[in-house]
Parts: sequence; C-alpha cells; structure tokens
Amino acid sequence: MDFRYLPMTEQDKQEMLDTIGVNSTDELFSDIPEKVRLKQPLSLKQPKSEHDLKKELVQMANKNYNVKEYTSFLGAGVYDHFIPSVVDHVISRSEFYTAYTPYQPEISQGELQAIFEFQTMISELTGMPVANSSMYDGGTSLAEAVNLSAGHTRKKKVLVSKAIHPESQAVIETYGRGPNLEIIYIDHVNGRTDLEQLASELDEDTASVVIQYPNFFGQIEPLAEIREILDQQAKTMFIVSSNPLSLGYLTPPGKFGADIVVGDTQVFGIPAQFGGPHCGYFATTEKLMRKIPGRLVGQTTDENGIRGFVLTLQAREQHIRRDKATSNICSNQALNALASSVAMSSIGKHGLKKMAELNMQKARYAKQKFVEAGFEVISNSSFFNEFVVKLPVPVKAANDKLLEKGFIGGYDLATYYPELEGHMLVAVTEIRTKEEIDAFVKELGDIHE
Amino acid sequence: MSNQDFPLIFERSKEGRVSFNLPEIDVPEIDLEAELTETYVRQEAPELPEVSELDIIRHYTGLSNRNYGVDSGFYPLGSCTMKYNPKINEDVARLDGFSHIHPYQDPKTVQGALEMMFDLQEALKEITGMAGVSLQSAAGAHGEWTGLMMIRAFHEANGDFHRTKVIVPDSAHGTNPASATVAGFEAVTVKSNENGLVDLEDLRRVVGEDTAALMLTNPNTLGLFETEILEMAEIVHNAGGKLYYDGANLNAIMGYARPGDMGFDVVHLNLHKTFTGPHGGGGPGSGPVGVSAELEPYLPKPVIVKENDFYNFEYDRPQSIGRVKPYYGNFGINLRAYTYIRTMGGEGLKKVSEYAVLNANYMMRKLEKAYDLPYTQHCKHEFVLSGRRQKKLGVRTLDIAKRLLDFDYHPPTIYFPLNVEEALMIEPTETESKETLDGFIDTMLQIAEEAENNPEIVQEAPHHTIVKRMDETTAARKPILRYYKS
Ligand SMILES: Cc1ncc(COP(=O)(O)O)c(C=O)c1O
Repeated sequence: MDFRYLPMTEQDKQEMLDTIGVNSTDELFSDIPEKVRLKQPLSLKQPKSEHDLKKELVQMANKNYNVKEYTSFLGAGVYDHFIPSVVDHVISRSEFYTAYTPYQPEISQGELQAIFEFQTMISELTGMPVANSSMYDGGTSLAEAVNLSAGHTRKKKVLVSKAIHPESQAVIETYGRGPNLEIIYIDHVNGRTDLEQLASELDEDTASVVIQYPNFFGQIEPLAEIREILDQQAKTMFIVSSNPLSLGYLTPPGKFGADIVVGDTQVFGIPAQFGGPHCGYFATTEKLMRKIPGRLVGQTTDENGIRGFVLTLQAREQHIRRDKATSNICSNQALNALASSVAMSSIGKHGLKKMAELNMQKARYAKQKFVEAGFEVISNSSFFNEFVVKLPVPVKAANDKLLEKGFIGGYDLATYYPELEGHMLVAVTEIRTKEEIDAFVKELGDIHE
Repeated sequence: MSNQDFPLIFERSKEGRVSFNLPEIDVPEIDLEAELTETYVRQEAPELPEVSELDIIRHYTGLSNRNYGVDSGFYPLGSCTMKYNPKINEDVARLDGFSHIHPYQDPKTVQGALEMMFDLQEALKEITGMAGVSLQSAAGAHGEWTGLMMIRAFHEANGDFHRTKVIVPDSAHGTNPASATVAGFEAVTVKSNENGLVDLEDLRRVVGEDTAALMLTNPNTLGLFETEILEMAEIVHNAGGKLYYDGANLNAIMGYARPGDMGFDVVHLNLHKTFTGPHGGGGPGSGPVGVSAELEPYLPKPVIVKENDFYNFEYDRPQSIGRVKPYYGNFGINLRAYTYIRTMGGEGLKKVSEYAVLNANYMMRKLEKAYDLPYTQHCKHEFVLSGRRQKKLGVRTLDIAKRLLDFDYHPPTIYFPLNVEEALMIEPTETESKETLDGFIDTMLQIAEEAENNPEIVQEAPHHTIVKRMDETTAARKPILRYYKS
C-alpha cells in the first residue's frame, strides 16, 4: 500500500541508510528492549483510499441530526448563531492553521497581531484592561480563575453560584482538588443566585465569589447588588463568567468591579461541533496581569522601530517557570480565537448591539408566546436569550415528539437540577424566525400528559 | 502608527462601515430598556472595528502573509511534530453532520458522532496498549493534569494520602512539573546520566514512600529511547508509585512499541502532533488520556460505551475524577485524528514512525560534522544538537535560529531541553522529502561556516524578514497588551 503523506522512495531510503551506516531501519530501533517490542502488527481497521474514506465519513456524519436541518432551541452554553462566511475563509488560510505557537516573531507577525487584536476585543467587551490569548473553553477558564483567586488571596473557600453552568461547576470541583479548595454552593431562587445565602456564607476566609452573567437559566444576575455584598470583604475576589455576545447590550462586568471575567467565545464564529473545540477567554485587572494563565501578546518595536508583536510576560509560563508557573496551559485555542476575532470584526461595533438586541427581542417574543399558550414561564423580564418553561410532561418525552416535527427542543434542566423535573431551558437566537417560534410553541402546546 | 507598520483592524475602522447583515427583525419589537434596570444597560459601546467585508478579507489575508505554517515550508520544530496536516481532515470536520451538532442532543440523534468517538477510543487503546481511553482533555498539558488527578484519586482510594511527590527528569517539558503543581503535587527532579537517559541511581535516590508518580516521555526530549524503561518501571512500582507517559513523542514508536507494554499506567497523547491535528497557530489541540485496567474506574466522565450497537454516554462511574472539561473534549480535533488513523491503518502508522526515525537519523549524521552532538547513539524521531562550538565564536543558538529565517525555514526548537547547552532540537517528521532535508542540511552547514568566517551575518540575522529582531525586554517591562484609540 502506498501512503500519500509519505514521500520517501526506496532509493531515497537506501541512500539515507548508507549515510547513517546501517543496513535497515530496524537497526535504528534496536535500542528498544526486546521485551517491550511489539511483535504483532497494530490491529486497526485497514487503511482506506481518500474517496472511500470520505464516503464512509459522510455517511457517518449523516447519521447525526444537525442544527442546520433541524430547527434548534437548544442552548445551555452552546449556541446556534449566524457565522459570517468570511470566518471560515480566514481560518482556512494555511499560514494560520498549519502554524505552531508564534515563537519566532519575525515570521509570525500575522498570528501575533491577530491575537493582540483578540485581546483588545475581549478587553473592550468585558470592560477589563487585560485579556489573554485564549483558554481551552469557558469552563476550564473559570476553573483556572477560581484557582488563581485561591493562590492570590491564600484562602481556600470559594462561593460558587448554583446558577452557573453545571458542567463548569463540575470542572471547578475537579480543578479545585489540586489546591484542596472548599467549594460552597449558593442556591438559586427563581432562577437567580440567592443573595441572602451569599451574604451569610461570605466571610474573611472567602477567596472568591463565582457568578455567571447572564446565568445558566438566562437570567441577568444583579451584579451591582452582589458587588455591594462583596464589599464587606475587601480581599475576596469577584469572578464573573459571561456570554460575550450579551455584553453587546449589558453593562460589562468590569463596571461592577469584577476581578476576573471569563467565558467562551463560541458565540462568535465557532460552530457547536458537539461541544468543542470552542474558545475560552480570560480577562482581568492590571493588578493580576502577572498572575494570568496562558499566553499574552504584547506590542513592541523591532530594531528599526517598526511596530511588532511578541509573546510576553513569559516568566509566568510553564516553559520558563516549570513547577512555579501560574498554570500548566501550553497549547490553547488560537485558531478559534482567530475565528472569533474575524466574527467580532465582521459584526462590528454597532452590529454587536443589534445582534444582542435581536436575541433579546426574539427570546421575549417566544416567551410571550409560551405565556399566551398557557405555559408557566419561570423567568422575570431581566433575561438575555434563554428562559425556563415548565412542561406537563418530562422534557425528554417532549423532545422526542418535537424531533418528529423537525425540532431540536430545549435543554432538560432535570439533568443537573433534580428539583427542576419537567423544566425546559429554551434558547432563542437571532437566526430563529417568527414562524419557527410560533410552530415550536404550538407543537409543545399539543403535547399533553 | 508609522507608515511601515501593518495597520491594526481598529486602525482600518471608519464610523458607519459594516460587514454584517443581520436577519431582519420579524417579531413585534418591544422596548428593551423598559425590561431591564438601567444599571444593566450598557452605556458605551465596545470599540469593535467598523469595516467592510473586503476590509476584513484584505486585513486577514495580509496577516496570513505575515505568518508561516507547515504549508509554507519546512518546520523542524523539535517536540512539536510539525507534520503535514491532511486536507481531507479539514473537509470532514466541516461536514454539517459533524460541525453543527449540539453536545446536549439526545444520543439517538448523534449516533455517528458517538460511533466516531468510540472507534477512536478503541484505536488509541490499541496504539498505546492501554485498557481505557478518555477523549475529554483539550491538549497535552490538560491530559497530563487529568492523568495525575487519576493517579491521585487512585492513591487516595487506597488510603494513601502521603504520596505528595511527582518525579520528572531534568529534560522534561515544562508542562510536566507545572501539571504536577496544578494537581496538588510537589515536582522533584531526577537527573540524566552521561547518555542522556534517566540516571537509575538518582531515580533510586529520589523515589520513596512519598512518590505518587514518575512522568516520562519515551523517547525522551533528547529524542533518545529510555532503554532501561523496564527497570525504571520496576523501581517506581516497587515503591508504590505510578508511571506516567507523556505521549508528545509517540511519533517515534508507533507499531514498534507501546507505552502499555513498557509498564506505563497512564498515557496522554497529543493528537495535534502525532495524529495531524493542525496546530492552528497555538491550538486547539486534543490530549486524550489512556489508562491501565487498574486506573480505568478513575477516568473522567462520561465515557463513551457501546451496548447492543447503540452508542451512549456512561455517567454512572462512582470513582471517576469527574469532569475535566465541559462536554466531551475537542471533538473537531478528535475527528481529524480519526480521519488520519483511518487513512493510515496499522501498517501506515508503523511506516510513519519508521520514516520519522530514518529522517531524524539521516539529518543528525549529516549535521554532527558541523555542530556538537552531545549524545551520539541512534536517535528516534528527533535529536538535539548543541551550539556550544558556535557560541565560542560569538554566535549563539538564537542567532542560528534567526539566520535560518533568511532561508525561509522555520527554526528548530531552541534552548530546550534544559540539560543541553545552547540546544537546537530538530524534528524533521516523516512527511518531508529527502530533497527538503538535504536543502535544510546544506543551509545548516552554510550557517556553521558563516559562524566561523563571517559571524556578523549570523549575529545580525534575520536580514530578509518583514520585521527584524524585536525588543522583547521593553515588551515585558512596559507591557502593552491591547490597543487604545488615541
Ligand atoms: C514533551 C511535551 N510534553 C507536553 C507538551 C504539552 O502539550 P500541549 O501544548 O498540547 O499542552 C508538549 C508540547 O509542547 C511537549 O513537547
């Protein structure tokens, strides 16, 4: 069998073996002890030709119900937004996608500048002065923020709202086991963080308070009131996880004195892809600049005074600091940060507000429709593009029926919140039409016990 | 901005320009401001660019022209396995049925995606010789930490709370000790011997009742196979510790040897190295973790299972370390790796390692005449030269790297591993032709000659790049990390 990625001919091989002074390539592996040498061939599926493999994989893809064919009201952290065509054209340029981390600035100005621009955009959106070049995703970015707060304050107790993404809660727990954090959950009441409980749990041992804005249920948490509670403890850090699209309309967390703002830029130009790769962002204050995890790009000049960009403040990072690094992160999500930068450039300053508004308008229309159809909707007016509907049947049963009608229904909140059995989290983005919303509400209205 | 500067996207911005058409509003509009308390309504718009669609395309095309990828030219960046990124992978990843599926869809609606993940898990088990695999970790470092958290959970489940130390060789990648710290361990170093391999005497000295694990790459970061791996495994296992395999260097041994057969208990792989996930300018990657049967209960959850031809998530795993990431890992990168494995099969992957090792040895033998080679045995997929001979002439490894830029090459990894002075770490990969290798060799020999006869040309390099050496000191001393409109 010939392999199209392997260019060596038999003649090349022979010449090279002669140069090395061995008779066969096997000799080059003679240092592997006999005992650990693999005696049999790897038992994998037979190699396939490009055509046959593509055919098989297209069939495999076709087994999946995708949100371009089905009308989706599913969000819960991953959203179906419009992606401008320019995004994929840019990230398909191989000078970007086949490059490594920009260690050699002279031939990596393209990537470095793109990241510098990404940092600027995230800083603008969040209202924080410093943003890094990306993290794996919103969940791990949040967990790193929590660990940073514990290290910075030298305290172990963290107050985490139950209204943050439940899988981020799970990731925080796993990350928190490293530094032995004590995680205390603050309940949700009517879809928002219980501020009374928050105030009573907050004490001088508290490293940080973790809030999502808008929260997992779509509600806009009252950051101003939470800030006031936090002011009782000067050292406690305020960590906010935020959907960056919502910040086109909402006052940014930076305005409420957040110490760290994190989230995921999947909403900007990144398809759902079954949950990854997405792109975490991490923004913070000047004070914490030297504690930030991951890569940072800084502006400088070359020997001739021409503006250029470099990876900077690397003394924080694993390749310099090793066990004393601020994080172990090395590879990040650079290409997805680029995709989001292109999407944000495309949406633009005014487009962003309009896009956020369109999400809010359509979600409010959908909510109104549900109310008119007699559903109980558990959400006050202060929400972004998601809200909670109480159904007369289990959400899974409803979603099965919806699927037959061409819909991917909302998220089953009972998955992580047993007290919310029969509650569906409905997401309505700018690409849902009035007809789709009307039909969706009608179909759900037709489902009875 | 001077007239030689490449403008920032913000500097191309002009009030009123757009490149985005939103869908028209087709629902009755309501007064949004009345819905929220004023406090939460943003007063100042974020300064995103205002540009046309062509502006965007020109800007990013311009930036891409100021960048360098594997498709641009030879990229022998040691430890990073910069092999060709197949185009079919990109096409497959963009199929609607893979790219536009939501992680919370009912499993019955994503059977194709789950089948791919299950199949990939099975393939990685076979390639590594491990009993179980999780695809959840997002990159190599994330996989290391995931693996160490499993080892920690294992020890704690045995009531063993005093295993606080993770041993790493002095040649280890920085993420190894960093991951140990994040997992709550203390990193301790074991020395290398005169052959560039772990010093067994030193290993015996540092290992003990407090050892949680030893982290190793094999071949190690010098590109050398740790021939005493079985003895090392015995030393660590006898002390009650576990053996961790950093799979960044798996490209050297596929089909020849497997970490599972060497006694490793946990393995991570860098699918964005060995398995052709493109590096993307720094990511995204994917770092699946494989474990021995003993550690399988601790895998992150959910894991993908197959029951009566139905693929599903298994959440009921009481000893699991929990989640290391929301959803199920970097699916899009896993899919590219899967496509590659299916293209190559077992036979192809073995050839990959055969040629990766052949190419590295060929280059090493050609270059050892002009550069010091601290360890002279056959290498595996990469080798490390020392620029100390050139340093005596006033030419540093950094200068050699910069001089290579003038010849349109991406330089090797430099100053790593730390146990080689003025290190130049060269990894050609198997996808490069002999002509390409010869061209690079000739250039390296020419630079060595320049170092002797005309050192300034090397010291002052690069000469032909769009920008010259950067003032990194000022960048770090007075950090400018974002643009402000003046
Ligand atoms: C030997 C080794 N280990 C670990 C890593 C970390 O992998 P990643 O960048 O995917 O986190 C690398 C990559 O640079 C490496 O070369």
